Amino acid sequence: MVELARANPLIGTGTRKVRWGRLVSRTVIYAALTAGGLAMIFPFLWMLSTSFQSAGALLVPPPQLIPSPIELGNYAEIASAFPLWRFLANSLGVAAVATTLQVATSAMAGYAFARLRFRGRDALFLLYIATLMVPLQVTILPLFVEMKYLGLVDSYGALVLPSIASAFGTFLLRQAFLGLPRELEEAAFMDGAGHLTVFRRIVLPLAMPAIATLAVFSFVASWNSFLWPLIIVNSPDLMTLPVGLSNLQGRYATAWNLLMAGSTVAVVPILIVYVIGQKYVIRGVTLSGLKG
Amino acid sequence: MVGQRGWSYRGVVVLFLAPSLIPLLLFTVGPMVAAAGLSLVRWNLLKPPEFIGLDNYVRLVGDANFRAAVINTIAYVAGYLPLVFVGGMLIALALNERLRGLAIFRTAYFLPVVTSWVVVALMWRWLLDPGAGVVNHALGLVGIDGPGWYNDPAWAMPSVIIASAWKDLGFVMVILLAGLQSIPDEYYEAASVDGAGRWTRFRHITLPLLTPSLFFVLVISLINNLQVFDQVWVMTRGGPAGATSVVVEQIVTNAFSYGQMGYAAAMSWLFFVVLLGITMVQFRLQRRWVTYG
Repeated sequence: MVELARANPLIGTGTRKVRWGRLVSRTVIYAALTAGGLAMIFPFLWMLSTSFQSAGALLVPPPQLIPSPIELGNYAEIASAFPLWRFLANSLGVAAVATTLQVATSAMAGYAFARLRFRGRDALFLLYIATLMVPLQVTILPLFVEMKYLGLVDSYGALVLPSIASAFGTFLLRQAFLGLPRELEEAAFMDGAGHLTVFRRIVLPLAMPAIATLAVFSFVASWNSFLWPLIIVNSPDLMTLPVGLSNLQGRYATAWNLLMAGSTVAVVPILIVYVIGQKYVIRGVTLSGLKG
Repeated sequence: MVGQRGWSYRGVVVLFLAPSLIPLLLFTVGPMVAAAGLSLVRWNLLKPPEFIGLDNYVRLVGDANFRAAVINTIAYVAGYLPLVFVGGMLIALALNERLRGLAIFRTAYFLPVVTSWVVVALMWRWLLDPGAGVVNHALGLVGIDGPGWYNDPAWAMPSVIIASAWKDLGFVMVILLAGLQSIPDEYYEAASVDGAGRWTRFRHITLPLLTPSLFFVLVISLINNLQVFDQVWVMTRGGPAGATSVVVEQIVTNAFSYGQMGYAAAMSWLFFVVLLGITMVQFRLQRRWVTYG
């Protein structure tokens, strides 16, 4: 339907009718996209606005997008009733550790699959690919039992251990390494460098875009992860933001000003990551097909 | 190719591979195999497990709650897929016009994709709040008496579908946009020279060349959304009156609320087999309707 406006030298040369057509179709497209864009942004604005309103003001119609008066106490109130900052710190900590470990282990395994020769390499790589097909729900019950036997239920260890390795990350970085030119590496080997040196000094720096993609993707995935932390952690002190928020909802079912204050705290860090690393976020999510 | 510091080649391989392989075996491959075994026992985690063969699977066939959850899950996907596909396609086509300032729209449409499900579910619970929510207020302005949304068994699933489609539109859009951008301009120019109209070009160039991307999103969306859980858990907990009870929610509830580990494992294993089957069927069908340009 909107194909008309596609840059086309044969149409563009001409008649008044065609120019009008382009103008109209452009206007329609901009108007539709703006309406759609507002529908995407409005819930976020509404969340932010609600977090600065008093409980009483929310009940008086009509709803106000600009809070008046501005209520600043919601954040303090929710933080005093719930360890909100602790949730935030837990989420940041778990995401940082998981991301660091995943990038490190994936890069090393990716290098092994892309550059080293050993028996069973292809079969092993196939195993990595196969695990990508397994949904979390299948592994989560035995994983819970495993953590119970390790005495790790309700611990930071249980939150991080399953995220040490990433089959997706290994796959992504292997592909990236395979695409790098080998000349530099061969020259380094001639000069007597070992694999560790070549990996650290040549391969890693050259593959930085792929590594950034994986890092940003891992961070977002860990930040938003819900099911596993929900079942493995019970103490508020260990909860990540999504689990803490869902608990909060159990307590304050309709205290929307407080719930939206908590949600805002959960959105801001990921928003910062998204704005800074948008290119990598989109690439990572698109490549993996996994949603954040 | 022996390293400088005298590492043996085998040592180098182990050094590079072990940090990834050992955790993968312990926390993914192992549990995956164990799930099959777990599905053959009766176990509440307190007493020792008791081997009961295929009894869990037999019980599954007659479980009305599980059947209802399967039907709800299918209903969810059936409502969700057309929304994100048509919506995502329209946005992608519009953004593909390469007009000025479109990057900002892409940023906006993708924002919900990176937002946590819990936050999205809470936002939409508030927007759809039957009493003080913005949506019902807006409907009231045009004279419509808004429904009870997630509190109403008839509207609970549509509420979940709306929130989910809103979140995932950007995901579908980004993949289709990448597909659209990979179609060479020359095709359109050649078609125009031959007098092909707007619709003809869409029908005979855009659509066929977009089938690989469409296929990819379809497989991913189907697999991901049959596993719908987070938004249901936060928005409705499967309620009201089981109206939004879905498969993964049943697995979690049976395992961790009812202490039926083995039974829940049977559900998850059966579910896995179904997902795998769908993937394979889709890859067979792919040959018939996907065009690789």
